[in-house]
Amino acid sequence: MTLLLLLAVPSTTLKAETGGEGELDVNELIFGHIGDAYEWHVVTVGDLHLTIPLPVIVKSSTGWHVFSSSNLEGGKEYEGLYIADGGTNDGKIVERNAAGEEVRPLDISITKNVLGLFINSALLVCIMLGCARWYRKHSLEQGAPKGGVGMIEATVMSIYEDVVKGCVGEDYKRYAPYLLTAFFFVLVNNLMGLIPVFPGGATVTGNIAVTMVLALCTFLFTNIFGTKAYWKEIFWPEVPTWLKVPIPMMPLIEFFGIFTKPFALMIRLFANMMAGHAAMLSLIAIIFITVKAGAVINGSMTVVAVAFGIFMNALELLVAFIQAYVFTMLSAVFIGLSRVKEHKEK
Amino acid sequence: MGLLTPDPGLLFWMVVTFGVVFVLLAKYGFPVIIKAVEDRKAYIDNSLKSAREANEQLAHVKQEGEKILAQAREEQNRILSEAAVTRDRIIKDAQDRAAVEGQRLMAEVKKQIETEKESAIRDIRRQVAVLSVGIAEKIMRGKLADGIEQNALIDRMLDEMLESSKK
Repeated sequence: MTLLLLLAVPSTTLKAETGGEGELDVNELIFGHIGDAYEWHVVTVGDLHLTIPLPVIVKSSTGWHVFSSSNLEGGKEYEGLYIADGGTNDGKIVERNAAGEEVRPLDISITKNVLGLFINSALLVCIMLGCARWYRKHSLEQGAPKGGVGMIEATVMSIYEDVVKGCVGEDYKRYAPYLLTAFFFVLVNNLMGLIPVFPGGATVTGNIAVTMVLALCTFLFTNIFGTKAYWKEIFWPEVPTWLKVPIPMMPLIEFFGIFTKPFALMIRLFANMMAGHAAMLSLIAIIFITVKAGAVINGSMTVVAVAFGIFMNALELLVAFIQAYVFTMLSAVFIGLSRVKEHKEK
Repeated sequence: MGLLTPDPGLLFWMVVTFGVVFVLLAKYGFPVIIKAVEDRKAYIDNSLKSAREANEQLAHVKQEGEKILAQAREEQNRILSEAAVTRDRIIKDAQDRAAVEGQRLMAEVKKQIETEKESAIRDIRRQVAVLSVGIAEKIMRGKLADGIEQNALIDRMLDEMLESSKK
């Protein structure tokens, strides 16, 4: 992993140097990597830009447009559409409406993050179905799997036994597929985000749209299957009556709690992954910022930056797992809370 | 571009992708793995249980075998002692019978000997009588050559007879 990071360093530098025309724009460098893009920039060697153009799918005022993103390269306009530079829609495909204002059409392009999402999802499905296939091909008497399948099995079972069974409570079996899917989905995307070259590198879980969908799923699972006792605790909690009437203070707080819980899930995962990537890129950027400060400082700072980069990468590896685990565990806890039974003494 | 504003395009694709992944994994992925692991667990538990039962049975069989062995040994001892008793009895019986038979034979032999002795004696007596009569005849013939002698003898003999009849 760290080796890959080091290999990726030249690509980062070269892009930064060519983009900033000598003047390095760290901000752009970092957010360019974290953010989304219409093409997948792999590497730039000298003047050769190696990018993978991705399909643009847009429904503008003139109907559906499907074309390659290479048509928009360098700010070119194609079929009335172009990539905005600056403003509120910076970096997004826009068109001009009748009043001459930049407006965003309905944009479901396969962007870098979407493709990353596809690749990672395909990988996850392949891994899991591959494991499932192993079980179908081997009878019980042949014993437990070894190697990769054994590793997946151990991970699945540890999440299943410790997190799902432990946090959800009675009918954990119903929620196990969702929680396991969420865990492995987040984990695979986190880990793939750490690989700096093509198949990985898209900071999928560092994007709020992705974490939002995941949190929304937990929200739905929590509230759709909520028990009567759960709703009663929200709207008529067991607190002194003056806290409930005439001003419904506690119900209001509890009601907001329904939304803050998944919101916290969304922000936590997004912020952790985004911040991790930003920190790593910042450390690498130190090398190129200090170029002007002379060879000695630049050399020593390079050593420090690489050392910290290695450290951060190792840390991110841990964070990738922890965040997936925390997301699953909290989802399980929220679901478990929504499955509360009526209190006995009532 | 705000980092905190979710992009609708990505949102759309995320819903689609996650939905597909969820359906696939929830249907063909995790249940298979979990079921396999739980089946294996049950299988191992069963195997352990049956192994324990087999062990218990084995111990039971061993115990049973020892019991049977002990019983057999006891039986053997009993039979042996019984046989010894029977043997002793048979020997004793035989001895007793032999003794009785011996005595009977002895008695018979004695009786026979007695009979034979008596008949022998009788025979001898007869012989002796015959002989003595013969001898007496001869003597008589010799002695009774003269009449005096004959008379004297007759007298004496008569005397003797008288005397013996007196007695």
